[in-house]
Amino acid sequence: MNIHEYQAKQLLASFGVTIPAGEAIFQASEAKNVAVRLGGDIWAVKAQIHAGGRGKAGGVRLCKSLEEVEQAATDLLGSTLITPQTGPQGKEVHRLYIEAGMAIQHEYYLSLVVDREKECISFVVSPDGGMAIEEVASLTPERILSVSVDTAGGLSAYIVRKMAFFLDLKGDNIKTFGQLINALFDMFKATDASLLELNPLVLTNDEQFVALDAKFAVDDNALYRQTKIKTLRDFDEEDSREIEASKHGLNYIALDGSIGCMFNGAGLAMATMDIIQLKGKKPANFLDVGGGVTVETVTEAFKLLFSDQHVKAVLVNIFGGIVRCDIIAQGLLEAIKIQPMNVPVVMRLVGTNEKEGQKLISDAGLNVLWAKDLDEAATLAAEMV
Amino acid sequence: MAVLLDKNTRVICQGFTGKQGTFHSEQMMAYGTNFVGGVTPNKGGSSHLNRPVFNTVADAVTQEGAEASVIYVPAPFAADAIMEAADAGIQLIVCITEGIPVADMLKVKAYLRGKSNVLIGPNCPGIITPGQAKIGIMPGHIHLPGRIGVVSRSGTLTYEAVAQLTETKLGQSTCIGIGGDPIHGMTFTDCLKLFEQDEHTDGIIMIGEIGGNEEEKAAEFIQAHVNKPVVAFIAGATAPAGKRMGHAGAIISGGQGTAKAKFVALEAAGVTIEHNPTLLGKRMLEHFQGKS
Repeated sequence: MNIHEYQAKQLLASFGVTIPAGEAIFQASEAKNVAVRLGGDIWAVKAQIHAGGRGKAGGVRLCKSLEEVEQAATDLLGSTLITPQTGPQGKEVHRLYIEAGMAIQHEYYLSLVVDREKECISFVVSPDGGMAIEEVASLTPERILSVSVDTAGGLSAYIVRKMAFFLDLKGDNIKTFGQLINALFDMFKATDASLLELNPLVLTNDEQFVALDAKFAVDDNALYRQTKIKTLRDFDEEDSREIEASKHGLNYIALDGSIGCMFNGAGLAMATMDIIQLKGKKPANFLDVGGGVTVETVTEAFKLLFSDQHVKAVLVNIFGGIVRCDIIAQGLLEAIKIQPMNVPVVMRLVGTNEKEGQKLISDAGLNVLWAKDLDEAATLAAEMV
Repeated sequence: MAVLLDKNTRVICQGFTGKQGTFHSEQMMAYGTNFVGGVTPNKGGSSHLNRPVFNTVADAVTQEGAEASVIYVPAPFAADAIMEAADAGIQLIVCITEGIPVADMLKVKAYLRGKSNVLIGPNCPGIITPGQAKIGIMPGHIHLPGRIGVVSRSGTLTYEAVAQLTETKLGQSTCIGIGGDPIHGMTFTDCLKLFEQDEHTDGIIMIGEIGGNEEEKAAEFIQAHVNKPVVAFIAGATAPAGKRMGHAGAIISGGQGTAKAKFVALEAAGVTIEHNPTLLGKRMLEHFQGKS
């Protein structure tokens, strides 16, 4: 789960990291008052969306007067930002963050990630802050340092020194940097973070390290013990169908094709999407009903598919181990009581209770196309759209 | 034997008396697994499914000689269960539990470092040596004793490949589901190493998916050390970047971990890659028909 920049900064501040003075607003009329409260003569008005690349897309405005602040807020709120990370449809801006400006000496890049290969938490730093790190990595990889923190050994002082010298820090700045690194590492562990990125982290003219931008993602598996962070979820940032699905414990991701899909198991789901593409068509969604399905969850899953106007055919591929085929069939019969089945449905139901499942559907006189294997199912579905 | 598990392996279950533990323990016994008991704290001394229940894994090891354990403990307590099993000297630890926090798994992996215990999973279907024993949740009846090793990050997709191997009569020596989490136990490379050494395995099917670089590492290993035929499929060629595709570990981030890159690496290592997951059994069969 991702949170907004201003929320990430509040978390950072609570762990002792310096952030610029700022306030979040939801209405343009609040902008001027906030700027007055923050003081100074330069402000940044920043769109709060869960995607990077806001600056280049015009989502961050530097303002030199209160009028400019007001104008920027009016322009940005309700607008749609399209960045490389939002996809072509973009994201609507519902919240802004206004910050006081500051005099900057240098911009750095700093992030913490869970390193899958080394199986530990790693820091990534670069003296070239403010740029996309992927860009730095491809153009000047020697300007990036990745340092892993051994889980048993912890954040030893040499790890901090390695980074500080790589960034060419001097004198007291090394000590301040060390305090920052320790605070960030503590925060990363305490919050079950999966990503914490400061880009840029700046050194101000008065020799302070300040998190000028912040990106934070939490491990979804740990949300049960991160109750405070869980409340920061912003439903406006998510697809309404994905929210509906998640309420019912379904794993759903909206895609841009025309074949609605239902599977059990993430791997089988991905593989079925791939095979649809091999047949020259595109899936409308990823939908994994998981292992613990009930008639109710399957009903909701079918309702989601049948109510989606992009869906021109539905492909059901269930290889039932734990999942019982008769439960899937019952879910379908329940769903069509509420949401009519007005697109062709191709079904491949095999495994536990497959005969019972198939009989339920045939007895109901439903016009379902049966496929004996995954390949036939995908071929049939592709022919329907 | 095949690898890691045979009909003699003495298996216990942690989380034995729970709903999942009970159901799957029954299934494992029905399949012929040498199932010697289970662990549920505070229920030690009782009996469940005609097997003894112990308070600790250590008790199950001392009293029943347990060698392998399958874990159905809920996610918040699963890391502790893995470490308890390792501490008690369980050699093969299979963790089925889905949804363990990454931070907990980092701790587990640090704990296991330098120890000889083997961890499979978490978030996996487990391991089966067809005709002998199974530890996990896979449907036993689709398997056929045979000579192909299967290693996979996905559960249901493994069943798909298994069914194809059964249909082509090649069968399976051992199937290992290594799980869909980013931080996990046995890797593709660990399994490939075992299959390459196993005299009862003649070929290997490998099923990867987007995210991480374990498949690329496996490709390097195959190139240098594997002489048996390997057929591979990578799920998620059509998955959008930045979205987690069901499995916690199945995500393309910063342009890394794409299906394409993995296919390319495996093909360069001499692996038979197949983009259609319904043709894996057929591709493997062609290897042996070509030879004979």
